[in-house]
Amino acid sequence: MVNLRELSKNPVRITSGHRLCAGCGAGIVARQALIAAGNTPVVVINATGCLEVSTTVFPYSAWKSPYFHSAFENAAATCSGVEAAYRSLKARGKVKKDIKFITFGGDGGTYDIGLQSLSGAMERGHKMLYVCYNNEAYMNTGIQRSGATPRGAHTTTAPAGKKRQGKLQNKKDLTQIMIAHNISYVAQSYVGDWNDFMTKVQKALVVDGPSFINILTPCRLGWGYNPEYTMEISRLAVETCMWPSYEVENGVYKINVEPKVKKPVTEFLKLQVRFKHLFEPDNACILEEIQKNVDEKWIFLQHRAKSVCKV
Amino acid sequence: MIEAVYSKGNIVAKTGNEVVAEALRQIEPDVMAAYPITPATEIVQIFSQFVADGVVKSEYVTVESEHSAISAAIAASAAGARAVTSTSSQGLCLMWEMLYIASGLRLPVIMAEVNRAVSAPININADHSDTMGARDAGWIQMYSENSQEAYDNIIQLTKIAEKARLPALAAMDGFITSHCMEVVETYPDADVKAFVGEYNPERYLLDVKRPYTLGSIDLQDYYFEHRYQLAQAMIDARSIILDVAKEFKEAFGREYGFYEKYMFDDAEIAMIIIGSSAGDVKVVVKELRKKGIKAGLLKIRVYRPFPTEQIARDLAHVKAIAVMDRSDSCSGAFPPIYSDVVASIYSAGVLSPKVLSYVYGIGGREFCDEQIVKVYETLGKVASGLEKPSNIIEYMNVRIK
Repeated sequence: MVNLRELSKNPVRITSGHRLCAGCGAGIVARQALIAAGNTPVVVINATGCLEVSTTVFPYSAWKSPYFHSAFENAAATCSGVEAAYRSLKARGKVKKDIKFITFGGDGGTYDIGLQSLSGAMERGHKMLYVCYNNEAYMNTGIQRSGATPRGAHTTTAPAGKKRQGKLQNKKDLTQIMIAHNISYVAQSYVGDWNDFMTKVQKALVVDGPSFINILTPCRLGWGYNPEYTMEISRLAVETCMWPSYEVENGVYKINVEPKVKKPVTEFLKLQVRFKHLFEPDNACILEEIQKNVDEKWIFLQHRAKSVCKV
Repeated sequence: MIEAVYSKGNIVAKTGNEVVAEALRQIEPDVMAAYPITPATEIVQIFSQFVADGVVKSEYVTVESEHSAISAAIAASAAGARAVTSTSSQGLCLMWEMLYIASGLRLPVIMAEVNRAVSAPININADHSDTMGARDAGWIQMYSENSQEAYDNIIQLTKIAEKARLPALAAMDGFITSHCMEVVETYPDADVKAFVGEYNPERYLLDVKRPYTLGSIDLQDYYFEHRYQLAQAMIDARSIILDVAKEFKEAFGREYGFYEKYMFDDAEIAMIIIGSSAGDVKVVVKELRKKGIKAGLLKIRVYRPFPTEQIARDLAHVKAIAVMDRSDSCSGAFPPIYSDVVASIYSAGVLSPKVLSYVYGIGGREFCDEQIVKVYETLGKVASGLEKPSNIIEYMNVRIK
């Protein structure tokens, strides 16, 4: 657990005045990740996306850390190059300081177009933390469905219509894919709990190799809710077990937030316009399917967490 | 035949790939990021052995694709490292997006490129379609006739790229140059290292005391100026290329310019060509000269930046010119080198030469002396007014029904 008193002494390395929407989770993710990194120098790598376009409008920059963006699908490869340069220049005595590397990519840049680059970087073992700020669709281009979009959600490329009710498929389980890379630290977190996320960032940054955090990051525009509900909605994702907060440290699973009462998924879904159509009488079966899928995944996770054996 | 010109030089027998790997060992970049592809694979294979044996201190990033190779090289360069990659054909095609980013961010990434045809149909042999496809990407492009030039070019390019703050590629013909063993003069490690020097960029990401943002979103209020600066940088690179060539001559004795003129100064008919085929053309030109035919050759070494003004001046006295393209633009218009040559002379007011367009050697198709002789025969007829110059592309040695 991080200590708020200690954290308050750490530098804030993304300034206010960036152009992210009110209530956007991405700015919170970036700010908290860098605060959690403490005083260690951090080089930030960013995939193309909301966070990038909203914080770097030339000639301004919201970043007080060195920051680099080159394209959409290559954030992990980009961080690989920076980290390789660091090892090389450090060995030659041209760089003296210890530097950490954090990569931020949205779910489009991580689950979909950047998956190969991410997988390669994790397999090669570069010392970097990759943070996927997962808002479950391509928000920067106007809310198109991604591999992270949940079943039933309305997006502009998988809209709710007369014949189809939003996305037909379940979301890809990227966290499990990252666990299968056998890296030392993988976690799921959520924007509604600074302590959960910042503790995970600190754990991830001390790993000698790659680490990955998938953080559920509500998008008020794409999900359709008023900006003041960002924290509440993200907490409901955890309380309904739609997005469990857990970590896998050296192969050992731990559920970090165990809901006292597991709320029905509808508590999470009903607050968001993207799921509005699911509450029409004809779509009750879709709600049932979503609940069933969440229950199965939750049982799987609990089983893994209880198991004393390493994966 | 290469002869020793440097007192401390070493005459060796090496393939193009081997000698480019040798140059990279001597340059010893901070970071190499590359992915295997025929026919360039051998370069990174040899280089990774250098890494495995501790011969170089370079970090070798064994990426999972060419897109990641160039991405990692760009990032390493941004971080403050001297960064190198190597590829061919489809690999270069996959890098396309990032080529523009390397130049747009003004990062001097170096690429050892081995020319190969592009798919489809898939083909592994030499032509220039891959690098010609990247001709507007803002990269300095240098072509080699043989292994010696491939070796000398990559050494010079390292220095040129960093001075010009532009990415640069050194190309050689797949298999013809990359896999054929030739006599090459290499220079001592210390002398090559002294020539290329250290890479010390003004700003870099790992300079954490002076954090800066690179890769901003740049809209209608600044983007155009940045792209204009890039275009100017390419123009400015011309004098840098000549300066470095001068330094190179002083250091190692070999002379280089934008292009090589072979029996050209009094030529009435001439070919313009790039790459290994220049060697064959030289043989033919020599024979034609024996017969009293005023044939010449202009072999382009620096294709980007294109030496527009100089080439227009030098072509002014030639009556008929054949521009030989080893790639086609499939544009309904003309292939790349022809378009650049004609635009250069026309814009300079040089209107007298008749300029013919030939496409040859696509996908490794044979290009031999008899065909070269035929081109010169046609040029002779056009020059003397016996034949009207054709205004369509002549595809050489292709079966057309």
